Amino acid sequence: MGYFLKTVFKSGKFCFGFSVIVIILLLITIYPMFDTRDPLDMAGGFFERPNMVEYINRNKEGGQKAASAVAEVDQATTDLLAQFGMVMAEKKEQPIALHILGTDNFGRDMMAQLVAGTKTSLVIGLLAGTIATLIGLTIGLLAGYLGGQIDNFLSSITNIFLVIPSFVILVLVSVSVSTRSFLTTGIIIGVTSWPWTARAVRSQTTSLRNRDHVNLSKLSGHSMPRIIIKDILPYIASYVVMAFILQVASGILSEASISMLGLGPRNVATLGLMMNWAGSFNALFNGNWWAFLPMVLMISLITFSLNLMNSGLDQIFNPQIRS
Amino acid sequence: MKGLQKYLLKKTGWYLVTLFIAVFLNFMLPRLIPGNPVASIVAEATGTLTDAAAIKKIYDTYMSMFGLDKPMWQQFLIYVNNVFHGNLGLSFYQFPRPVSDIIGSCIHWTLMLQLPAILVGWFVGNALGALTAYRKGVFDRVFFPLFLFLSAIPAFGFAYVNVYFLSNQLKLFPGSLAYSFEMLPNWANPGFLLSVLDHYRLPFLTMVLVAIGGQSLGMREMSIYELNADYVKYSRLLGIKDKKIVWYVFRNAMLPQINGLALSLGSMIGGNLIAEIVFSYPGLGTTMFTAIRNQDFPLISGCTLIITVTVLIANFVVDIICGLIDPRVRMTQQEEG
Repeated sequence: MGYFLKTVFKSGKFCFGFSVIVIILLLITIYPMFDTRDPLDMAGGFFERPNMVEYINRNKEGGQKAASAVAEVDQATTDLLAQFGMVMAEKKEQPIALHILGTDNFGRDMMAQLVAGTKTSLVIGLLAGTIATLIGLTIGLLAGYLGGQIDNFLSSITNIFLVIPSFVILVLVSVSVSTRSFLTTGIIIGVTSWPWTARAVRSQTTSLRNRDHVNLSKLSGHSMPRIIIKDILPYIASYVVMAFILQVASGILSEASISMLGLGPRNVATLGLMMNWAGSFNALFNGNWWAFLPMVLMISLITFSLNLMNSGLDQIFNPQIRS
Repeated sequence: MKGLQKYLLKKTGWYLVTLFIAVFLNFMLPRLIPGNPVASIVAEATGTLTDAAAIKKIYDTYMSMFGLDKPMWQQFLIYVNNVFHGNLGLSFYQFPRPVSDIIGSCIHWTLMLQLPAILVGWFVGNALGALTAYRKGVFDRVFFPLFLFLSAIPAFGFAYVNVYFLSNQLKLFPGSLAYSFEMLPNWANPGFLLSVLDHYRLPFLTMVLVAIGGQSLGMREMSIYELNADYVKYSRLLGIKDKKIVWYVFRNAMLPQINGLALSLGSMIGGNLIAEIVFSYPGLGTTMFTAIRNQDFPLISGCTLIITVTVLIANFVVDIICGLIDPRVRMTQQEEG
């Protein structure tokens, strides 16, 4: 494992992709510590521009004006109250509403939403990737190692689901499931996207099945699970990791796609859903770029980094491509 | 020739099985919806009617009209039979318009946009991919990350960016609809044709760029693989001209890319069709979007069925072409069983 990590981090591509992902992970863990608002709460006006500088200036001027006005009114009130022998409590200052990335169609803070959405989308991607990899790995290993009729059967199923577009099944299943949380969405995506992994794992396993060390294990009377785990899995581990990374990336894209169609999770911000909102509230034609551009960039950046990591791994484990 | 015949027969058989399963899934999955979708239409149709017997009668009429009063297996047989006669049922939302009629009026927009874009993107992408693999160095270091980033942007996200910057800000292209909104579709009218072409540019450009990203990556990888092959080293030793070697490499790397063409036809469903929504392009993607919004289940499953069948046909054709031009494909397929 130590050797594995050492080799992997020699690839510049992998390191770059990995760093971007780590930065995004840090952002989604650290930002909510400072901004504890609910991302789906109304925090300002509709489609407010990103206004860090503007707000600080306005608050300086406005704050002074308001302060003197309050002081005047307060003076009068305190005088009046003092006549009746009462004392007024001191007024606290209003907190400054800061919208680094502006607000959306419902006045919700974009930055808080972006962070929350990225988190949800990543969870969906990871969940979908894990499920797809587990199913694909099991089917691929069984088909590749056992061969014969079982292989025929499993490969046929894999090939059939490879040709039927998984997106179509995704749409049909999502339509049929009436209550969709982001976990359901992740599970549905995972269950519909395993065939690629299964096929890749199967072809790798087939080539390993008759290696000497596997035959030796068989002769020694080791059980099938043991042979698969000890003699075959280590050889295909790098492929599985690569397939997993690709599955996570495509899971995030799938979430965005079906959320755009209005079939995504409900009551939670995801990157796809936020783009859907921006589209349905005409952010494009009113020039509210902050309502969709951060999400497009975030999705592209995550997918790009994951693909870059995959390509870096490929270069290490597929020496023929090493140029 | 016998091997080829066997290959064709086997492929045809498998595609028929796949088609059957696709039709079955398409029938079954929407019927798993809890509750009865017909009930809501009946509620709308009966309106202020309070007579329970009359409502019951209307309900029964609707149930038999949608064929929901029979047992599941009979429904399935009727469904299959109808599908083969081009009858996809009636739309809920645009009742009583037939689903096949609605799809027929939108599918040509999708085909007109997606097919040329995918083909152009495929050719340009493959050429660029081969070029980056061959030139290596700085060229590769600039283009590879660019292609990778291009292929990482979801098609509809790219559509957002393009509509905003190129259409809304720079006013270079019209950014929505397939033709000017005040026009009536009339293909004999030159003004209408011009308007269609004008609105075609931005979606086309977007789709082509998206396709280039993915295709060039695949071609680059295949070409690097081929460039390292023994026959290339041997040819170099023999002193064969570089141009000729590049042609060999390109031709050999090309074959798997034909499979890539089928794949991109399949993946056009996932991202590109949804990009239609951003452009308000009146194609299949937009139709499916409206159907989902209105919970128009017959129309949704009609759209998904058409999409599946299109992808199956595309894959079938590509499989046949691959089998015809590349004997290795036939061999490996037979080994796989």
